[in-house]
Parts: sequence; structure tokens; C-alpha cells
Amino acid sequence: MELYLELTKDVRFVEGLKSCMNCGVCTAICPAAEFYDYDPRIIAGILQSKDEKRIEELLKSETIWYCGECMSCKTRCPRGNTVGLIIMALRSLSQDLGYFAESEKGRQQLAIKRVIGENIVSKGYCVLPENMVPELHPEQGPVGEWIYDNKEEVYERVGANYNGEGEGALRKIPQESLDEIYRIFEITGGLDRFNKIEYFSKAKAENMGFTENEDNYSDYVNHIFTTNNGKHNRQ
Amino acid sequence: MKREGKIQVWQDYQKEIADDHYFYVRSCIRQNFFPGSEQTFLKILRKELNKDIHENPHHTSCSGIGYHSDIVPFDTIQTVVARQFALMTEAGYQNLAVSCITSFGIYNEIIETWKEFPSELEKVRTLLKKATGREFDIPQNVAHASDIVYKFRNEIAAIGKNHLVNQKTGKPLKIVEHIGCHYSKMFPSKGVGGAEFPHVLVGMIESWGGEVVDYPERRHCCGFGFRQYLVMSNRGYSVSNSRKKFESMEPYKPDAIVSNCPGCPMFLDRWQYVIEEMEGKTYGENGQGIPVLTYEEMAGLVLGYNPWDMGMQMHQTNVEPLLDKMGIEYDPDLKYAGKDGKIIGNPMMVACGK
Repeated sequence: MELYLELTKDVRFVEGLKSCMNCGVCTAICPAAEFYDYDPRIIAGILQSKDEKRIEELLKSETIWYCGECMSCKTRCPRGNTVGLIIMALRSLSQDLGYFAESEKGRQQLAIKRVIGENIVSKGYCVLPENMVPELHPEQGPVGEWIYDNKEEVYERVGANYNGEGEGALRKIPQESLDEIYRIFEITGGLDRFNKIEYFSKAKAENMGFTENEDNYSDYVNHIFTTNNGKHNRQ
Repeated sequence: MKREGKIQVWQDYQKEIADDHYFYVRSCIRQNFFPGSEQTFLKILRKELNKDIHENPHHTSCSGIGYHSDIVPFDTIQTVVARQFALMTEAGYQNLAVSCITSFGIYNEIIETWKEFPSELEKVRTLLKKATGREFDIPQNVAHASDIVYKFRNEIAAIGKNHLVNQKTGKPLKIVEHIGCHYSKMFPSKGVGGAEFPHVLVGMIESWGGEVVDYPERRHCCGFGFRQYLVMSNRGYSVSNSRKKFESMEPYKPDAIVSNCPGCPMFLDRWQYVIEEMEGKTYGENGQGIPVLTYEEMAGLVLGYNPWDMGMQMHQTNVEPLLDKMGIEYDPDLKYAGKDGKIIGNPMMVACGK
């Protein structure tokens, strides 16, 4: 497979990389470049070189997972490039090929799929109040914990329709609509993406010594959700 | 430059915002953390401004957080969005009112993609028909909910009971405005004032008597970063970016922060708590935090709504310092009460919530 050719099939890549002159304005404005050992200017340069070996290294690297997709690069690039869009195309291809499992940051895709992805197809929302478990979200503080412990009362107090029928915030999405969302994911490649994340993650988990047990690799999910080797940041 | 010339120059920064008959699409993040803000928005439109805004219970998440954390493919989100448009079309509406900034960016990205790559539009029409049997029209007007509040800011000021003014000193309150990145950084023409001079919150603040704080990191991202917050071991990215903003705004002594994004006010609120826990540092007066508001809450305070009805007790950083400055009366004993005053217990408050 020619990796560059595959990337050009993604309209976001076509839009994202027009003609980079390596000025570095994207790096100057980038929140990720300030925090991580990350340089969007170099990403654009590698892609523009069309060097297959370097592109493959990129697809297996930690680097492509550092971007926060804030798209600040879009605003500032004097040539109309958007490294954030290039990153989205790279991440898609990395997951299609299983390369995401080769990096600590890439492996986190399984944890995101298990929560956000499964919420979308089973409940119709990306995020649910039930996800805000205080142990997993200590940053939510005492108020977050109070909301979590008193969900029904708090949401009712402020006018939400938590798990209710009809309109309103946090309403239960009707089953026929969830069926449509599932069907959309089925025929547009959404479920294929989920299955690939699971398939390649399982192989990696076993390679790293984790076993399936009865809990579908939950030890591995917990590991990728919490592990940080401390080597990602700009020193 | 003649006045006509100036008007011409600023023409590029204007945005057409529909003035009635909206199809409302909610936000996953907002309804979790600020559900009272969505209710407040609907109340303002329906009861104060007599506007028609329709909600269909069959609409779902746009799947945008999944898309921007890269587990949802582009074809999939395009088709989910097309389904929202089909629901709008079937209900007889042409104007989309979007609660979420991530969704707003996605709707604009997809509509612009369809203009640039018509084959994508045809593909999505086929996919949606096959998956759901539905067909759709592209909205005539896509407005973020903050655009609509901005459009009617003077009407709100005219019927308002409170101003963004310190009642003790008579001076305008100093407000930091934070625009969600996906409001106009990707498609400047889709936001009021574009990416360089976003005016959507400035217009509200100034119309309601406040003063906007200009500070060096005003346009810096709050640090959400999608996967950079969703995964626990990445959250250093998120708090570090918020901290950069707090450090930058601190010398200007803001009375409040207001944002038009669902996620940003949650992060700017919660990370103040975390920074105090980690470093003992607070950014407000007298060891307190800087209150963080949604623009609906700010509008609701101007209109005299009860802060607890709007859900301002769901903030981690206390909002009382701002309420006191504005001279807004509230019952502290009912802050953490349930419906009809039912006692459900208080959070164990620490740090910025003291």
C-alpha cells in the first residue's frame, strides 16, 4: 500500500495540505507544541516530502496523537494549510492499519472507543452523567461528586429531562432513532473503525501480557487510560 | 478613510443570523454540565423574545467528540449530521440553532466540504437514504446559540433588570470573554467578527454594561483538546493550557469569565479548583476563584433569573462574588436544594468553592 496515496483519498488531507513553506507559524500558535514535544511544521514537511518510510514512522509514532484539534493552525497559516486536518487523516489511517497500537498515546484509542464510541451507538450521546465517576474524574471536584451522587434530583432541579421521554436535556433517545444511528455506523464504516480498534488492541494487549478474562481486557483499558511514561513533554 | 470605506472593510466580519423559526440541536457536554443554560436559552427565546424554536426529541449527538477524538470516521459523522438536517427539513425548518461549539464547527465543516467536494454530498445523500430512508435539505442559516443571543442583545438589555456593573462602585464589571476555538478559527466567516475580532460575546458584555478584558492569551485554547482531556493520563495538557490563560488574565483582575462553548466554561471552572488543590494558587479576589459563566447564565442574570434555577450551583468555582457585585439577591440555603426546596445534602466544599 502506498501510504501517501491512501492519505490523498481523504478530503481532509486534500484540504489540510496545500503548499507548506515551513514558516512555522502553526507551531508558534499551537497549544500542543507548547506542552508536548510536538512540532506541526515538521508534520507538514514530512507529508510534503512524500517519503513513504517517514510517513510510516509517523503513523506508528506518539507524535500524531499530541494534537488537540483546536484548529488554531487553520487561522494562522498564511498558505491556508491546516495541520489539524492532516492529523485527522493520519490518525484515521493509523487506526485502519493497526499502527496506533505501536505508541502509548495511540493505544488510548481503545479507552475512547469503549466510552465515547459505545455511548453514541447505545445512548445517542457522546458523554453521559454516568461516565463522570469521581475516581476517574477527580478534577470535577466536590461539586462534580455531589452531582454524580444526586443525578436525578440535581438534573430535575435545573429543568433537565434526565432519562425521560420527549424533549429536553439528557432525555432518553427513542429506540427507533438509536436504531438509525446504529445503521448509519454500520454502513458508513463507523462500526468497522470500532472493530479495528478492538482487534488490533487485543493483539497488542496479549503481546504486552494482558489476558482477556471475563472483563474484556479491562486491566489493559485501565492501563492505557492511566499510564504516562513521562517522555512526551517538551523539556 | 471615509465612513463608507470602513463599513466596507468590516463587511467581511458580519454574519447573517436568522431572526426567527429555529430548529434547536442540543449539546452533549452542555446538557451534562450546564443543562440549566440550555433551558435558559429556550426560555429567553420563547418567553422574552417570542421566537419560535423547535426541538425534536429524535435528534441525537452529532458524534463530534467521537469525531475529534478520531474514533468516528468522516463518512459516519457526515451521515449523522445529514440525519439532523433531515429531521429539520421534515419539521419544516431552514434555520439551525446549535447549542454546541464543537457541533457548530462540524456543521460548518461538513457544509463547506459539500460545497468544495460535491461528490461527498452525493455520497452522503445515498448513505443516509440507505440507512434511514430519509432525505434532507441543507440549512439556509446555521447560527450558534450565542449568535442568536448576540443578535437580540439590545432587546435583552431593554427588558433587563440588572447590569454588568458593580453596584457598590458604579463601575462596569471587568469580564474576560473566551470564545470556543471551533466557533470561528476554522471558518472565520461563520462567526460574528471572524477569527481575528470575534465580537459575539463582546457585544453582549458591552450592551449589558460590562467592560471587556483584553489580555495576552485571550485567544488561547482552554485546553480541552478532546483526547487530551478524555484520557486521564493526558489531562496535564488540559490544565496547563487553562493555567496559561489564568496567569495571563490575573493582572487585569477580572470579575468573571464568560464563554460561548459548552466545554470551555467547565474546564475554566474545574481547573481553577485543581490548580488550588495542586499549587494553592487562586486567581480571584480574597483567595477565591474567578466565577465562570455561560453566556446564557450571563443573559439570565441580566434578566433577573434565579441563579439556582439556571444551575449556577453546578459550578465548582463559586459564583457568589459576582452575584454580590451585581447586587443580585439569592438564598444561600437553597443553593444545593433539589426541586421545591428538597434537601439533598451539600457538596463537601473546598478550595475555590469556599
